[in-house]
Amino acid sequence: MNPAENPNKKRLRRSMMFLNAQKPGLIKDPYVYGPDSIMLDLEDAVAMKEKDAARFSLYHALQEIDYRGVERVVRINGLDSDMWEEDILCSVAGGCDSIRIPKTETADDVLKVAAVVEEAERRFGREEGSVLIMAALESAKGVMNALQICEASPRLFGIALSGGDYTKDLQTTITGTGVELMGARQHMIIAARAAGVQCFDTVWTNLDDMEGFRNDVQTIKNMGFDGKSIINPRQIPIVHDIYTPKEKEIIFAEKVVREIDEKSAQGIGVFTVDGKMIDIAFYDGAKRTLMLAKAAGKYKGDL
Amino acid sequence: MEILKPAVAGTLESSDCMVTVEPGSGQVELDLDSSVIRQFGPQIKKVIAETLERLEVKNVNIKVVDKGALDCTIKARVEAAVFRSNDIKQNIPWGGAIR
Repeated sequence: MNPAENPNKKRLRRSMMFLNAQKPGLIKDPYVYGPDSIMLDLEDAVAMKEKDAARFSLYHALQEIDYRGVERVVRINGLDSDMWEEDILCSVAGGCDSIRIPKTETADDVLKVAAVVEEAERRFGREEGSVLIMAALESAKGVMNALQICEASPRLFGIALSGGDYTKDLQTTITGTGVELMGARQHMIIAARAAGVQCFDTVWTNLDDMEGFRNDVQTIKNMGFDGKSIINPRQIPIVHDIYTPKEKEIIFAEKVVREIDEKSAQGIGVFTVDGKMIDIAFYDGAKRTLMLAKAAGKYKGDL
Repeated sequence: MEILKPAVAGTLESSDCMVTVEPGSGQVELDLDSSVIRQFGPQIKKVIAETLERLEVKNVNIKVVDKGALDCTIKARVEAAVFRSNDIKQNIPWGGAIR
């Protein structure tokens, strides 16, 4: 399969939850919380002396636990370590869906990972092009190179901002206001859309401030992001709520899709729906609204 | 594989198990301590024995303290302990002896 045509490239990823691959209690049943993706972490969450044990644990979890359709991403160790290649071999052999590259700075980083992934697919009898890649941008250089990273490989489904390291590199801190992340967020979403890939926001680490979290998710949703990295199951319902279209939006989107289909068959390009001017430019947005509504169980129609 | 030196893997947290291996006296000797031994003892022993067999470990004293681990966790901890006793951290036989 050409990885560009892998149907998982565009799958729904509103919530991507980090889990320590070394902790059996965490990785045995995270699907009960209903995240769209889990990110099994071999990097920062795992102490240096447990890196080897974490891989065995990850391999068998991937092989034996039924994650019920939740995407299984593995965050590998950095390309500046001597561990990332073994991480990829273990993950691909185990049957992961995707690899997350930490601290990505250049297109070359993506290509290095893609080459090892391809070799691993062959070695372990996985279908060619079945394992996708996402890149975390954690430095000023990585953010500035967002477009070349997005365009580096047909396996790459998206980029994610990693706010902790990025703000350190900027010589500031996470303030809770989002002001320090504004430029990176805007730049990354534009680069991702220019390349036709997805874009994900950084984690919100203050679990006592759920209102701040809600505002943060609303902001990135408004900016165009596909989803948010999360660290706790309590964050999932809030993200999904914000990414679920309201009743009125669903009804309107359904009308828009039906009208555009109907009117374009009649050779009419622009018309009004409920008093609003509509043309083909609204089609993809309306389709996306219905897709999000379907994912949330709010739309059972056939569009 | 030979057990070259004592090695430990895993923790005593819930859903985990702690596995200790030491060079044996010519055979596999298992000491199992589990909170669910009545219900799952035979299954846990079977998983440990099969894992050691795949790794061709025939001479080991192995102690397992189980805190309600799934089979996949028991396998992973036994393997981690055996590979640690050989100081092997790379080129693991994924999909071969590890499966």
